[in-house]
Amino acid sequence: MIHLVAAAEGVSTAIGEPNTIAIVFFFLFIAITLGITYWAARQTKTTEEFFAAGRSISGRQNGFALAGDYMSAASFLGIAGLVATSGFDGLIYSTGWLVGWPIVLFLIAEPLRNLGKYTFADVVAFRLQQVPVRVSAALGTLAVVAFYLIAQMVGAGNLIRLMFGLSYETSVVIVGCVMLAYVLFGGMIATTWVQIVKAGLLLAGAFLLCVLSLSKFGFNPLALFDAAADRYGEAVLAPGKLVTNPWEAVSLGLALMFGTAGLPHILMRFYTVPDAKAARQSVFWATGLIGFFYLMTFILGFGAAVLVGRGVITAVDKGGNMAAPLLAEVVGGTGLLGFIAAVAFATILAVVAGLTLSGAAALSHDLWVNVVRGGHSNAKEELRVARAATVALGIVAIALGIVFKGQNVAFMVGLAFAIAASGNFPALVLSVFWRRYTTAGAVASIVVGTLSSLILIYLSPTIQIDIFQGTTAWFPLKNPALVTIPLSFAVGIIVSLLAPEKNALEQYDHKERRMIMGVED
Amino acid sequence: MPREQLKQLGRERWRIALTLSLVVVVIYFGFILLVAFNKPMMGYVLTEGLSVGMLLGALVILAAWLTTWIYTAWANSHYDTTLGGIHDEIRRNKP
Repeated sequence: MIHLVAAAEGVSTAIGEPNTIAIVFFFLFIAITLGITYWAARQTKTTEEFFAAGRSISGRQNGFALAGDYMSAASFLGIAGLVATSGFDGLIYSTGWLVGWPIVLFLIAEPLRNLGKYTFADVVAFRLQQVPVRVSAALGTLAVVAFYLIAQMVGAGNLIRLMFGLSYETSVVIVGCVMLAYVLFGGMIATTWVQIVKAGLLLAGAFLLCVLSLSKFGFNPLALFDAAADRYGEAVLAPGKLVTNPWEAVSLGLALMFGTAGLPHILMRFYTVPDAKAARQSVFWATGLIGFFYLMTFILGFGAAVLVGRGVITAVDKGGNMAAPLLAEVVGGTGLLGFIAAVAFATILAVVAGLTLSGAAALSHDLWVNVVRGGHSNAKEELRVARAATVALGIVAIALGIVFKGQNVAFMVGLAFAIAASGNFPALVLSVFWRRYTTAGAVASIVVGTLSSLILIYLSPTIQIDIFQGTTAWFPLKNPALVTIPLSFAVGIIVSLLAPEKNALEQYDHKERRMIMGVED
Repeated sequence: MPREQLKQLGRERWRIALTLSLVVVVIYFGFILLVAFNKPMMGYVLTEGLSVGMLLGALVILAAWLTTWIYTAWANSHYDTTLGGIHDEIRRNKP
């Protein structure tokens, strides 16, 4: 079906047909990562190893793993597709997703490493009352993880169906099961190394595609951009339809910029390194790698527009998601297509594994150990609960993937970023840097930030017009961050000032000291 | 007085972190606001294949790299050295 449509456009593609090379690469990747999992499983005996890889990952390794966690299929296939179909506009996403990283470095990474154990709730709950803070932070975490997971699982189902010709349900089940194997047996050690392998493959694959595409333009990116401008008009080099309303642009920018610093699966990675210095080094590496990757996706998008053609790209997939794989086929034949398809698959698997692990940490470390057991739990039980939570989340992920089949879930990544930016980020920043923050303030900022994001997205044009086919939306912006981030900060501050908490105030000096010094030796 | 030194160092880190965050925020939102309010300028083609917007977008990415590099270089040298000194002093003062 797919290649028939493409053939009508005058180009034939092997996308959608079983591709021997793709299958070989795919099995190779699975074999290598399961090998890693087997090796990791033998070293995963304690909760610290399960959730934090025994704090044994180096700064550079963690930088690659962070990049692996962050460079999702949405950013690889999605941005390349957006650039291919609308040119310049893709750059708005690329820059927004990158500038979150300096913020993570300056405000979050080191305090987080010094104050916490496994989750960002550790940091918020420090010096505050455990139960209310943990419960609300776990809800914030699980909301982000759930929406991000839905987007990834539905993306996985569509992508694998498109590339390997498997059925949607089979694809979702395969992703769920392989991911579960990594996390359940190999915990954070396996997840980290899967991320590192995936980041390496993705960067290498994108680089190879760039070099091959640019070789047709004398290795001059400007010649490529110019060719695109010749073919589609100079409008491809200018801002287009993505940003029409300035407030919309600012709101999206806020969510992208501060959302990164509130993503639980990203924050959790800082606990895998031995100290604050290594946490700092890891963001330095991650920023470099991710920036480089986004520069490459820009070239890939233009390369696909010129060498493949927009007509073919949108004929194969309306959203433009197949731009990069199609480009691979044109510049490197079925072999390169197979490699890129396998890389895209690996990308989804790794991101889903990271998300599941952070959800499991919220369930077992925050809710079970610190709420149900009041902070006293033996190590054996903790690990058992962690694994049970992993299995439960794996099943939920598969179920969500199947339930949301055929739905437009693109907005869910935006939703996850909005919740992370307005629920988790303000609580994290205030708890670290503001002496007078209280338990009630923390709960209020997380709950208000999360709920207001959910409600405003429900009332936004994204849901009311795009999904429900209505004609008007009560709330004008597609992304609520412009309202919800200031709201969450304001509520947190006002509630804290109205009812001061003496204990929390007195213990701030201790928190500040530990934030700089780390755990006292 | 390690306690005072520690507070001083904390304040210093906080000041640099805030300043650099502000720089990144201004640069990125400057870019976004230009995209939103001045599309003709962003679409102006400087040389074949390169518009002002694309150049500025690439510069935003460069700025993200540069600010993380500045912070990391400062923290790796000045911050870590001072912190190491404080750690030593605390250890010496322990009975």
